[in-house]
Amino acid sequence: MDPFTSLVSTAVVLRVDNVDTDQIIPARFLKITDRDGLGPHAFADWRYDASGTPRADFPLNAPGAGDAKILVAGRNFGCGSSREHAAWALHALGIRVIVCPSFADIFRNNAHANGMLPVALNEPEHALLLDALTHNPALPIAVDLASQSLTAAGLHCTFSIDPFAKHCLLRGVDTLGFLLAAAPEITAYEASHHAPVCCT
Amino acid sequence: MTAPQAPAPTHAPRTLVEKIWQHHVVRPASADAPAILFVDLHLVHEVTSPQAFAELAARGVKVRRPDLTVATMDHSTPTTPRVNGHHVALSDRLAAAQLSRLEANCREYGVPLFPLGHDRQGIVHVIGPELGLTQPGMTVVCGDSHTSTHGAFGALAFGIGTSEVAHVLATQCLLQAPPRTMEVRVEGRLGYGVSAKDLILGIIAHIGVAGGAGHVMEYTGPAIRALDMEGRMTICNMSIEAGARAGCIAPDEVTFEYLAGRPYAPRAAQWIDAVERWRELRTDVGAHYDRTVSIDASELAPMISYGTNPGMAIPVTGRVPEPRVAADEQQRATLERALGYMALQPGQPVLGIPVDVVFLGSCTNARLSDLRAAAGVLRGRKLAPNVRMLVVPGSQQVKRQAEAEGLDAVFASAGAEWRESGCSMCIAMNGDQLAPGQYAVSTSNRNFEGRQGKGGRTFLASPLTAAATALRGVITDVRTLA
Repeated sequence: MDPFTSLVSTAVVLRVDNVDTDQIIPARFLKITDRDGLGPHAFADWRYDASGTPRADFPLNAPGAGDAKILVAGRNFGCGSSREHAAWALHALGIRVIVCPSFADIFRNNAHANGMLPVALNEPEHALLLDALTHNPALPIAVDLASQSLTAAGLHCTFSIDPFAKHCLLRGVDTLGFLLAAAPEITAYEASHHAPVCCT
Repeated sequence: MTAPQAPAPTHAPRTLVEKIWQHHVVRPASADAPAILFVDLHLVHEVTSPQAFAELAARGVKVRRPDLTVATMDHSTPTTPRVNGHHVALSDRLAAAQLSRLEANCREYGVPLFPLGHDRQGIVHVIGPELGLTQPGMTVVCGDSHTSTHGAFGALAFGIGTSEVAHVLATQCLLQAPPRTMEVRVEGRLGYGVSAKDLILGIIAHIGVAGGAGHVMEYTGPAIRALDMEGRMTICNMSIEAGARAGCIAPDEVTFEYLAGRPYAPRAAQWIDAVERWRELRTDVGAHYDRTVSIDASELAPMISYGTNPGMAIPVTGRVPEPRVAADEQQRATLERALGYMALQPGQPVLGIPVDVVFLGSCTNARLSDLRAAAGVLRGRKLAPNVRMLVVPGSQQVKRQAEAEGLDAVFASAGAEWRESGCSMCIAMNGDQLAPGQYAVSTSNRNFEGRQGKGGRTFLASPLTAAATALRGVITDVRTLA
C-alpha cells in the first residue's frame, strides 16, 4: 500500500447524504476478478446519461474535476454493500481523501486498506467548507495526516482518526504482513481453544 | 471455534457481544494496534474473493484454515429454471469467468465449495444457517455486508471488504477495534399481517440509516423472543441497513431446536456440551450497553419503503412524506432527490400505486417461512395481469422443501415464476433485473437507486405485502384481503 502523508488539491463536491456503494460502483461492474479498470464506471448511473454521454451537471464531469484528489460529500458516505470495489473505483479516479460529516464503518476500513484517508469533519466545519467551495470551486485544500488537519482559505479544522489506521497510512504498513507475523500467537490460540466445527 | 466458557462468578456483568469478543481475542488491543480477533467461520462467494485469493498467490501463502472456510456461488448465478435437470449455460462471459475462478481457487486452496448445481448451493446467508455451520458464540465473517444475518444465532457476524477477506484466508484473523453495543428492545407483540420484515423496517425508520453506526445491535424483548429463527435472521440481516457493524440475538430454545440435527451441528455428547455452553450466551443482568432504544411491536403496521434508502419507510397505510417538513436543508434535498427518482408526489398515499414486478427472494426473505407466507396469500388465486412475479428460493434446500410442500405449484398456478436459488434481483448481477422506470415491490433489503436494475424503482416490503400486491397489481395492505 502506498503511504498517505499529506496533499494539497482542489475538490469535487457531491452534496448528497447517504451515498451508498451501489452508486459509487453499480453491481453490474463487480464481475471483475482483479482490481483494475473501475475508474470509468465510478458513479456510472449519476455520471452518464442513458446513451453513455457524460452529464454536464454531474460534478465529476466538470472541467478540472479530473485533477481533484479530494471528494467532499454528505453524511454516512459509503453506506450499504461492503464491496471494496467502491474504494478501488474512487482510487482509480485519483481520489485520495474523502471529506464528510460521517462514514459507514466498512467503507472506512476499505478506504484505509487502499491508502485513502476518510476525513470526518464536524457538521458546522463541514458546512463552512461547503460554503467556501461554493464561493470558490477551485479552492485548494490542504490535508495533513500527521497533524490531523485540513486547511482551506481561512478554515482550519482538525479531525480524529484511529491511531493504528493513521500509523498504517503514514508508513504504508502492510496489514496482512502484520497479521502473518502474529502466526505463533494464532497457533497458540488455536491450540488452547476447543476444537472447531468441521466444515469439510 | 466454540462458544465462550461460562464466566467466572466474580466477572463483571457482560453483554453477549463482550462475551463473544473476549473469547476470540488472540492478542489484546494495545496502545499501538487494535486486537487480533479469531474468526470461526469464513463464508466466501464469487464476487468479493478473487482479488483476495490473488493476494495469497502473490505472497505464496496458503489458506490457513480451509476447514473453517466454506464457499458457494450466489451473486452472479442464473436463476433461470433448469432444463432436464441442467442449469442453463451462462450467457455472461464475465460472470462465467468469475464462477470458474472461484472453483479454481477453492480447488487449489482446499476450500469446500457448494457450486452451481450442487444440492447445498444457495445464498451464502441462507446456507450457513440451514447447514448448521452458523452456531451460537461464533465469530462469522464474509465479504458481504449481510453477514449480519448470522447474528440471529447469537454469533458475532459482520461483513468485510476484500482486503480483509485476504487477511482471514491467510491468518483466520482480523485486526478489529471493539464495537460499541446498542440494545434494541422490542416490547409487545406483532399484530396480524405484521412480520419480522415490518419490524426491522420500522426499527430502521426509527433510528435512521446511520442509527447503528459503530455499534453491534442486540435485539431483546418479548417480540424478539416470539420470533422463529427465520424471522430473527430477517431482523439481523438488515442491521447493516441501520449502519450497524452487526446485529445479534441471544440464543434460546428456539435456536437450539432449529440447529438440532443440521448437517454441521454438533451431535450426541458434543451437542449436549454445546447447548450447555450456548446457554451462557446472554447479556448478564446489570451489563452496560453504550446505547438503548425501545420500540413497541404492537404499534406497528405492515411497513413499506417509499424512497431510496431503507430508512425511508412508512406504514403501508401512510402517505409519502413532505420534503418541506424535513429537519434540515440537507435532509430536504435528500428526500426531494429520492421522490424525484421514485417519481412519487409528497403526500401521496402509497396504497394503490401500480407495480410492474414483485420479487420474492434475497437473504432477507427467501427462506421456507417466507415462501409459505406468500403462498398462503396466493393459494387458489391469480396474479394481476400487469404483474410479473419472480419467486427465487434462497437455496436449493429451501427450493426442495418448498416443492415437497407443493408451494411451487401454488406459485405457478397463480402465474408466478418459480426459479433456481441465488441473489437474483436483489442485486441484479445475473440478468434478473428491472427495466428503467419499472416499479417493484421486493422482499429484499436495499432500495438504493438502480439496485434492482438501472433506473428501476424499489418498494421494500414483507413477503405478505409482496404477495398481496402481486394479486391486486397495486400496493396493497395484506390485512384488507378477503
